[in-house]
Amino acid sequence: MTAADIDQTVRATIHATWRVVQPRLIATLSRMLRDVPLAEELTQDALVTALEAWPAIGVPDNPGAWLMTTAKRRALDHLRRGRMLADKHDMLARDMLQEQETVPDFDTALDDDIGDELLRLIFTACHPVLSREGRTALALRMICGLTTSEIARAYLVPEATISQRIVRAKRTLSNSGLAYETPGGEALSERLASVLEVVYLIFNEGYLAARGDEWLRPQLCEEALRMGRVLAGLAPDEPEVHGLVALMDLNASRTRARTDANGDPILLMDQDRTLWDWLQIRRGLRSLERAGELGGGGGFYALQAAIAACHARAESPGATNWQRIAQLYAELSRLVRSPIIELNRAVAVGMASGPQAGLDVLDAVAGTPALAAYHHLPAVRGDFLQKLGRLVEARQAFEAAAQLATNGRERALMQRRAAAIEARNI
Amino acid sequence: MRFMYIVTSSQPMKGPTPALMEAMQKISEREIKAGRMIDNGGLMPLASGARVRILDGELSVIDGPFIEAKEVVGGYAIFELRDKAEALVMAKEFMQLHLDHLPGWDGTCELRAFATPGIDGGCDVNARSSVAAHA
Repeated sequence: MTAADIDQTVRATIHATWRVVQPRLIATLSRMLRDVPLAEELTQDALVTALEAWPAIGVPDNPGAWLMTTAKRRALDHLRRGRMLADKHDMLARDMLQEQETVPDFDTALDDDIGDELLRLIFTACHPVLSREGRTALALRMICGLTTSEIARAYLVPEATISQRIVRAKRTLSNSGLAYETPGGEALSERLASVLEVVYLIFNEGYLAARGDEWLRPQLCEEALRMGRVLAGLAPDEPEVHGLVALMDLNASRTRARTDANGDPILLMDQDRTLWDWLQIRRGLRSLERAGELGGGGGFYALQAAIAACHARAESPGATNWQRIAQLYAELSRLVRSPIIELNRAVAVGMASGPQAGLDVLDAVAGTPALAAYHHLPAVRGDFLQKLGRLVEARQAFEAAAQLATNGRERALMQRRAAAIEARNI
Repeated sequence: MRFMYIVTSSQPMKGPTPALMEAMQKISEREIKAGRMIDNGGLMPLASGARVRILDGELSVIDGPFIEAKEVVGGYAIFELRDKAEALVMAKEFMQLHLDHLPGWDGTCELRAFATPGIDGGCDVNARSSVAAHA
């Protein structure tokens, strides 16, 4: 190996180690400094220090602990400097010095159960005071350790946009004085809802990929899933956390079967079920069970997971329990009044009780302004009409769906369906 | 990306020391909480399992005794990580625990990536021909 190769290997190790330990570093430093944006900055400093030092001294035996020690030193230096300026910092620094005396072994500190700190970090990054976009960007940055350019690539926006979102979010956190807090009681449930929503948004962005030509963005799904699992580990008694993890696992289990070799979407009923990820399905079903045991079987995420579970349990498309799915959608619809849920319910009713019954449900919400630009509405409608033999209307519906689709691959699919009807000279 | 970690050793397993057990327990709890470890388990010695082998077009079941010293012992873990570099970080940390707590032990932690859509090299159906080249 040349020196350049060695350098490259060391750099790769540093970055990988960094990504693995970053959330723990930020969480620990946040506890020391009571300031998340500052903790994030000093954590970055530790990375830079490693990039400078390791090529010369070699990769340490315990690289994660090395990074933790370095980051803590940075924080300590910062607090010492601050001693001249603020009494509060003085007090914190003394606490820290004391802690350093009682816990001299930083390796141990790295393995400490910092669950609560991590939870606090997640709550902070997903604070409702931040915009939704700010929350998702900050969570991906601080909890998942994605770089700004990775986040930008995942969301298909310029890097500068993501940088700005993160900077703005951090500034909001600093200015609001809420930089580091764990809510309690009712506030906790409220805030947890915001945290779950962020994870759900990130997952859906990856799973449904509303923009661009890539139908799936698996990295976002994986990061959301990991965050969900972190939350389930930290808040094991919250049913909706398990519901969300179940939903994500069950949906993600189909990833391999959702696209063909060209990257074109394969609809659920046409998927090769042997390609589904059975480890993930088992995990999903277990999480769903857990949500039920905790009394949360009727929650927003658990209900959606229960629907996904119906598909997962069906050995073949024909064995799908559509009656049950239609029931679950009705329950979901009662919980959240949304025309989109109604649209999905229409599909389920159509499968359970025939296309006319489905069309009836659909027509009841077809006029909703919220669905005016939603391409799934004419797509589903076209499907019902085609099954009912109303082919001219069906073709028109597919054409309308193609026009509204924002995703290139979905647009192409709708155009193909319209063309297929036209090819039969109708 | 999903990785499987398989720990093998050519030495008879006396069972890990309490210190190693504790260290491993700690690391798996941490990794489960961090959402990275999604499954793990210990494996009994091969004597309690079997090998089903195809050799020269003949199928045979070998259920021991296994004279070969190189047996899969220990356990496995399944992690979901971003790439091989991250997987190596985890494997090194895990093996460092053995180095620290089980002096004199030799062993291997084998890392294998699960076949992943969109990543080349998965599901190599021609694996047999490349094996044959070495045989």
